[in-house]
Amino acid sequence: MSSTRFRIVASHAALIIGTALMILPVYMAFVASTHDLSRSLTGLPLWPGAHLIDNYGQVLGEGMRSYGLPPIGPMLFNSFVVALAITFGKIAVSILSGFAITYFQFPFRILAFWIIFATMMLPVEVRILPTYEVVAGFGMLDSYTGLSLPLIASATATFLFRQVFMTVPDELTEAARIDGAGPWRFLWWILIPMSRTNIAALFVITFIYGWNQYLWPLLMTKDVSYYTVIMGIQRMARASDFQPQWHLVMATVILALLPPVIVVAAMQKQFVKGLFETEK
Amino acid sequence: MRGKRVTFPGMAVPAILLAPQLAVTFVFFVWPAIQSLRSALFRQDAFGMSEEFVFLDNFIKLFAEPDYGQAFGLTLFFALATTVLSMGLALLFAVLADGVVKGAAIYKSLLTWPYAVAPAIAGVLWWFLFNPTIGIFSRALAAIGIDWNHHLNSGQALALVIIASAWKQLSYNFLFFLAGLQTIPKSLLEAAALDGADGFVRFRKIVLPLLMPTTFFLIVTNLVYAFCDTFAVIHATTGGGPGTATTTLIFKIYRDGFESLDLGGSAAQSVILMLLVGTLTIIQFRYIERNIHY
Repeated sequence: MSSTRFRIVASHAALIIGTALMILPVYMAFVASTHDLSRSLTGLPLWPGAHLIDNYGQVLGEGMRSYGLPPIGPMLFNSFVVALAITFGKIAVSILSGFAITYFQFPFRILAFWIIFATMMLPVEVRILPTYEVVAGFGMLDSYTGLSLPLIASATATFLFRQVFMTVPDELTEAARIDGAGPWRFLWWILIPMSRTNIAALFVITFIYGWNQYLWPLLMTKDVSYYTVIMGIQRMARASDFQPQWHLVMATVILALLPPVIVVAAMQKQFVKGLFETEK
Repeated sequence: MRGKRVTFPGMAVPAILLAPQLAVTFVFFVWPAIQSLRSALFRQDAFGMSEEFVFLDNFIKLFAEPDYGQAFGLTLFFALATTVLSMGLALLFAVLADGVVKGAAIYKSLLTWPYAVAPAIAGVLWWFLFNPTIGIFSRALAAIGIDWNHHLNSGQALALVIIASAWKQLSYNFLFFLAGLQTIPKSLLEAAALDGADGFVRFRKIVLPLLMPTTFFLIVTNLVYAFCDTFAVIHATTGGGPGTATTTLIFKIYRDGFESLDLGGSAAQSVILMLLVGTLTIIQFRYIERNIHY
């Protein structure tokens, strides 16, 4: 075997191990979610069992009621509402502010820029308690508003739109102004249609971001009817450490990771574009 | 910051345009941050009824506390281990995926989708694989004589959260390394090959230096990820334990503030983490500004 040939075989071998490493945890979760309780306790086989419909039906409709946890159906619904509210809110708010800082000259423009930039330096993790108090003060605990509104401010998305708008030729603006179009018409009829692909890319990234929120819903919700599915899992896993219900926990895990994974798989191109645009 | 040459007149319109973003930013970001700073300088009684100005006392107490120093050291170790493990494997897979012809597209999509998995779920997945009684990995380890129990063994608990955190971040790093590799001109590598440089030399002398900007960018984002986002991994699995074996800075802020109700101490910790994350963000932002040409 020549050395090139050996190198190719070794490359494929390493890549197969790598992909297996990425897939295995989710595959095992799927396997666990298709067996009944006794099977998942006496040593799980490596292939799926026959209890898929039973288990998923149970978590969706019934959940782990005996632990005071709601069924997963409503939690998934909450996650959808919150993720979509964050996504649409963030896109709308960022388009508007990106438009303001590129297409207008006004005093405090630089100050506005820096205040927006501050969001990048202050992730929720570093200001947990006071943010909680602010939201509580507004009476927004246990509400969809409290779960989504504080997360729609975004420096990265604003800068993304600024960057997109900077590439729009000035001649277009001049032509629009000569034709008598004001800023709102220009934004609605020219800038937004021209940023379609960027909006799609941002949609994918923000949906994943919103869906995968953990600390925020953990702080915001006491009422189980507002739990999102990602944070709900933690309660189930904790309960499972004492009285194992792994087949149900893993069914929930699969249901919870499916929506963002489907979005990434279906919108691969927009996903990669969004990733590079928002981060770099 | 540059704006457009051709702009619209008026001040009312930009004020309206910026209002939602600035309002949300001020109310939910800037104001709480100021509050953090403020309560870091005060001491509250247990019922929140009164407070007194203590200046830097909370910080001094914090650094005198062995717990905090331990959490700090632990966090640095955790962040470095997660970053090195995740970036190292991602670079390896990116170089290999960039080099193969057959199946390249399949490898790429199979290595990227875990980006969509939430950190909390990544934690639970690995928590399950290593479950002391039924996890397939812990059973495999038992077969070769290693007793795995992350409920009792501190080192193993830490290893678990590092593995789960690195796994979750691998896709992200992989995509950026792959993009970086694709910007390297193939002609450069071919010229080096003609000059007799073998694969390893080409990697070390050409690929690695040209990947430096990507690497640097990723180090900063991975550290920020490890400082902040991994809260979900830890909270959903070890809960900071056993003992304080996986209590990172962010986890300690949460626990001291929400469970022990030590408001001043928690706020002081918040301020320190804010400085840390803020510095990293500025470094990253300056770097991006320099490398992106509009």
